[in-house]
Amino acid sequence: MDLTLKIWRQTGPNDQGGLVTYQVSDISPDMSFLEMLDVLNEQLNAKGDEPIAFDSDCREGICGMCGLMISGHAHGPERTTTCQLHMRSFKDGETITVEPWRAEAFPVVRDLVVDRGALDRMIQAGGFISANTGAAPDAHATPVPKPNADRAFMAAECIGCGACVAACPNASGMLFLGAKITHLGELPQGQPERDARVVAMVNQHDHEGFGGCTNIGACSSACPKGIPQDVISQLNMDLRTALKHGR
Amino acid sequence: MTDNNTGSSTGLVEGLYSLGAPIEDHKAPAGPIDQKWTRRKFEAALVNPTNRRRMSVIIVGTGLAGGAAAATLGEAGYHVKSFCFQDSPRRAHSIAAQGGINAAKNYKEDGDSVQRLFYDTVKGGDYRSRETNVYRLAEVSANIIDQCVAQGVPFAREYGGLLDNRSFGGVQVSRTFYARGQTGQQLLIGAYQALERQVAAGTVEAFTRHEMLEVIVDDAGDGSGPRARGIIARDLVTGEIETHLADAVVLASGGYGNVFFLSTNAMGSNVTASWRAHRKGAYMANPCYTQIHPTCIPVSGEHQSKLTLMSESLRNDGRIWVPKRREDCDKDPRELGEDDRDYYLERIYPSFGNLVPRDIASRQAKNVCDEGRGVGPVVGDFRRGVYLDFADAIERLGRHAVEEKYGNLFDMYARITGENPYETPMRIYPAVHYVMGGLWVDYDLESSIPGLFVAGEANYSDHGANRLGASALMQGLADGYFVLPNTIRDYLAKAPANKLTEDSPSVVEARTAVEERTQRLLAINGERSVDSFHRELGNIMWEYCGMERSEEGLRKAIDLIRGLREEFWRNVRVLGAGDTLNQSLEKAGRVADFLELGELMCIDALHRRESCGGHFRAESQTEDGEALRHDDEFAYVAAWEFTPPEGGEQEGVGAGMGAPVLHKEDLVYEFIELKQRSYK
Amino acid sequence: MPALGARYLSVMPSTTLSPRGTTARSTTIALKLLMAVTGLVFVGYLLLHMYGNLKALTGEEGFNEYAEHLRSFGEPMLPHGGLLWIVRVVLILSLIGHAYASFKLWSRADSARRTKYAAVKSAATAKWMRWGGVFILLFLVWHLLQFTIVKISVNPDKQGANVTSNPYELVVASFQVWWMVLIYVAAMIALFMHLKHGVYSAQQTLGWTSSPKAHVRAMTIGVALAALIVVGFLIPPLSIAFGLID
Ligand SMILES: Cc1cc2nc3c(=O)[nH]c(=O)nc-3n(C[C@H](O)[C@H](O)[C@H](O)COP(=O)(O)OP(=O)(O)OC[C@H]3O[C@@H](n4cnc5c(N)ncnc54)[C@H](O)[C@@H]3O)c2cc1C
Ligand code: HEM
Ligand code: HEM
Ligand code: SF4
Ligand code: F3S
Ligand code: FES
Repeated sequence: MDLTLKIWRQTGPNDQGGLVTYQVSDISPDMSFLEMLDVLNEQLNAKGDEPIAFDSDCREGICGMCGLMISGHAHGPERTTTCQLHMRSFKDGETITVEPWRAEAFPVVRDLVVDRGALDRMIQAGGFISANTGAAPDAHATPVPKPNADRAFMAAECIGCGACVAACPNASGMLFLGAKITHLGELPQGQPERDARVVAMVNQHDHEGFGGCTNIGACSSACPKGIPQDVISQLNMDLRTALKHGR
Repeated sequence: MTDNNTGSSTGLVEGLYSLGAPIEDHKAPAGPIDQKWTRRKFEAALVNPTNRRRMSVIIVGTGLAGGAAAATLGEAGYHVKSFCFQDSPRRAHSIAAQGGINAAKNYKEDGDSVQRLFYDTVKGGDYRSRETNVYRLAEVSANIIDQCVAQGVPFAREYGGLLDNRSFGGVQVSRTFYARGQTGQQLLIGAYQALERQVAAGTVEAFTRHEMLEVIVDDAGDGSGPRARGIIARDLVTGEIETHLADAVVLASGGYGNVFFLSTNAMGSNVTASWRAHRKGAYMANPCYTQIHPTCIPVSGEHQSKLTLMSESLRNDGRIWVPKRREDCDKDPRELGEDDRDYYLERIYPSFGNLVPRDIASRQAKNVCDEGRGVGPVVGDFRRGVYLDFADAIERLGRHAVEEKYGNLFDMYARITGENPYETPMRIYPAVHYVMGGLWVDYDLESSIPGLFVAGEANYSDHGANRLGASALMQGLADGYFVLPNTIRDYLAKAPANKLTEDSPSVVEARTAVEERTQRLLAINGERSVDSFHRELGNIMWEYCGMERSEEGLRKAIDLIRGLREEFWRNVRVLGAGDTLNQSLEKAGRVADFLELGELMCIDALHRRESCGGHFRAESQTEDGEALRHDDEFAYVAAWEFTPPEGGEQEGVGAGMGAPVLHKEDLVYEFIELKQRSYK
Repeated sequence: MPALGARYLSVMPSTTLSPRGTTARSTTIALKLLMAVTGLVFVGYLLLHMYGNLKALTGEEGFNEYAEHLRSFGEPMLPHGGLLWIVRVVLILSLIGHAYASFKLWSRADSARRTKYAAVKSAATAKWMRWGGVFILLFLVWHLLQFTIVKISVNPDKQGANVTSNPYELVVASFQVWWMVLIYVAAMIALFMHLKHGVYSAQQTLGWTSSPKAHVRAMTIGVALAALIVVGFLIPPLSIAFGLID
């Protein structure tokens, strides 16, 4: 396959940045998208141009490190992570635009690499169950009804990639947030901190500069793990309950 | 420069290494094995809670081992600095583990116990692990599950609301807890959340996108000897070389399987943290012990950047075969009749068939491919793949049942290969998956540098020469949650309270070394990319230091690696600058260390003239070609000490290693009897 | 506030959290709740209003009676027009709340992504909601000037107080003008889009959709209610325009 790539290049956070056009040829349809970029980088390196910076680690769709906006789709046209996207999803001769996640809460570090620290800080605000090591009762002390356990698991599948934010027209982080609230809120262990957690996390979300959610649903369509929008509803419900409890 | 340590020197064994003093004591307390850990915990000195705040611990790595340790030490009130090279602690490679985590809970009442897990682990490791550590691992395993459940880890549950578990990797009891195919992810998120909670509480400082490049070892001169007192790290975003001082340092930096270039490890997995410590005096134990996993998706071409694992459970229902004749290898497999197929595992091992252990399945796959009977695309000079066929299973169980059981794996296969595994047989090939080797540690998980502790896959872990499935997660969390917090406490309570400042000579030296090395890499400006060196190293390692090794091959590999390393420092091209995010520079540093590690692995493999665990040594086999272990000669841990090259330290200038010194720690089996494996 | 802080801390162990966020009230979700509640007030009003308009089908008497009834409802407990005034106050406050929340979120969203994508799949719903909302507001201003505040007849053939002071006459006169019909049809399209998403969105915001099934149900309710209201509203003007009523 031969492709035209328009790739965002930006030397640092303070640089303006812009799209640069590259050609690649002889791309195998079995390559992953990132392997295609590896090939391009080898070419650039050989020519004495600095390779394009982009994030990836596990390259099997689980660490959440990768993430590119590919011709307007977060993680590309398939529902998967960028690293699991393969070139057979594109047509020979196609022009592909590659941009970093765009959100003020995710400042660009370089080229296609962004800083997603805001997601960690939301977790710091309350995305946990306070259980010090050594203080745990036997694992069978608290049974969890299977439907709750399953829903908790479904929400816990979030890999923290940030595609939801990238895809949302409001750059909102509510799908990520809703996933964590649902994961912990479905479990008996998560109950004592439930109100405090949602209030603290949503405040942190707003503080980080994410937009509010207006229930557009682009997040969920882009989410490689298919986290459904109903976790946002759960989040809203939990916040409303906290409001009712006078927080 | 390259060959100043080959051959000629006197006192060298096989011209490659020298023998040092054996390791007599690994510090496990005396007494019955089931009381050692209790005793060690009791005897470990305490630190007053108000003093803890003033004591600092650096933890490199935020995987299961490092994340758990950071959270727990933070909860205890120490000042913890946690480092990882990814953009978030949650991305450590532990996240990729699929299968599950073992624990001797005996929830199924099927005869499991601490004793049995202990026994299975030692046996699975082919009697090359240390009894005391393994026993402790089995002992704390049950607490791990309790801890994770309390944190909200969503393990699979049964309809009654209690935890489900399954038997895994051919073990006869059901002791593997799992969270669908994402156990590692869920466990890591648990540890990560506990860690972030401590960040919020102010006890843990998280340094993401930071790469540790050197440990600071300082001799206070008060007679207490050299100790680890901090690290030098590079801020990968700004490029700044930072000094971080602490009272103790923990390395939980994961495994180095990427020395093979292609492995199931994440792209960033590396040996740098361990190797830098090794160069500063930490022994590297059994570096050649690598685990090769039989069911990975094969390489599809030269562009391949990493390999993807599929769960071993596929071998429960899939049948493995290759064509009998080479001519048939490029035919459509569905057109080959039963008579044209060689179900080689079923043929050679009639009683275990497709369920032989990982190492045997892997080696036989490589054998048939080397014979030219592999299938799939030609990569390099032959086809690297064998069929894993579900046609029988689909006929027997129905497509629906197969979909229920393996649907997500089939989907993953289809996405990566573009083939439909319900229609054509899948192709699999072995790949490097885990390393049992790593930095040597004693019972306290302390390395041979006092104050430097090593946890998780980075230490030469409890798995001997081969690891049981679902035991690495267990070990990482055992080390992090339960072992280190107790042993570090003892160390901190007794450590001398001398002050170290950023301008102390040992600190300046470590820092300068890092700066010079970075500058050097940027200045070479040669012709070849970092990746091309890495790929070449990987090919050498896979060919000669992979599943099957021979004296001749290993000697050849050592020469090739030395040549490659010399070329690297002369001809690598690293563009860009040191003061920004520079991914080529990051890779270059890692590959430079792999180029040194690779040589040590080959030396280790060469000296261990036995087939054992996951490793087949051509010179050591039974008459019918099975692995032959030599307990009389090799029942020891090989702990290697680094020596600088003759003519002084040439760090950063290339072939900077001398002949290593071998220290043997004899493995004494008091509680378990040694036996030869047999799967025929 | 202090009491709230103390309560907060009593749940979180003290080594754990220094609460950074303040209250649930200060969040974007609270803003959304305001928008949802006010939006639903509008929906309620629209249903009533639509019912009233449909009375036009019963002829002049029925319609004017209804208009009068609205004003005399609750007498003598309420003064003449009392209920109407209560409704008006609620509507005005809701409108202020709704517009405040939507502009606040709008500007927040703008500053949450200052650099736009070069290639982007358009987020049509978001645009419809915002610009559609503004259009509805403009429409409303005209609508009130025309029917309530000033009472303007745009029909050159029907001028004078007998038209403007007779609600039925005014409506009939207005919709005999083609471009009036056009404005209303356009407004109804905007309203349909706004309500289709809005009604669903309000349910989601209120947390009534926390299962996949409820989620689908909410979407269906959104489309159904929006269609009902819009069709209901369009019947009288179109009947007039096509001469079924005069
Ligand atoms: C695909 C796959 C599947 C697996 N499945 C299973 C399974 O089912 N069950 C099982 O028990 N085991 C499994 N394993 C093995 C197991 O996952 C690992 O052995 C284990 O998770 C290692 O954990 P760790 O904490 O030691 O290191 P890792 O999780 O690898 O963490 C390493 C950390 O060190 C950091 N780091 C490394 N170097 C530096 C440096 N120089 N500076 C700063 N930071 C650094 C990294 O950022 C990272 O945070 C699997 C492994 C793979 C590859
Ligand atoms: C085809 C559609 C519509 C018609 C024929 C119509 C007709 C009327 C008429 C005749 C009145 C005056 C009633 C009276 O004073 O007794 C009125 C008032 C009003 N209409 Fe409409 N309307 C329509 C659509 C709408 C829409 C879509 C909205 C809101 C978005 C709306 C909001 C109002 C309001 C707020 C009043 C003022 C009520 C009051 O006096 O307080 N109308 N409308
Ligand atoms: C001032 C003009 C208006 C603007 C700018 C506006 C804008 C918006 C916006 C941006 C939303 C959020 C959409 C979302 O959640 O995705 C919304 C919701 C809504 N609007 Fe409006 N709107 C306006 C007027 C109206 C009017 C006049 C009505 C009723 C006729 C109305 C009914 C609703 C409803 C029911 C909702 C759903 C509430 C929710 O999303 O939770 N709006 N509006
Ligand atoms: S919710 Fe989905 S898109 Fe968002 S961070 Fe999690 S996995 Fe990524
Ligand atoms: S796309 Fe954005 S508006 Fe909400 S539903 Fe998803 S976060
Ligand atoms: S690189 Fe890990 S999810 Fe893509």
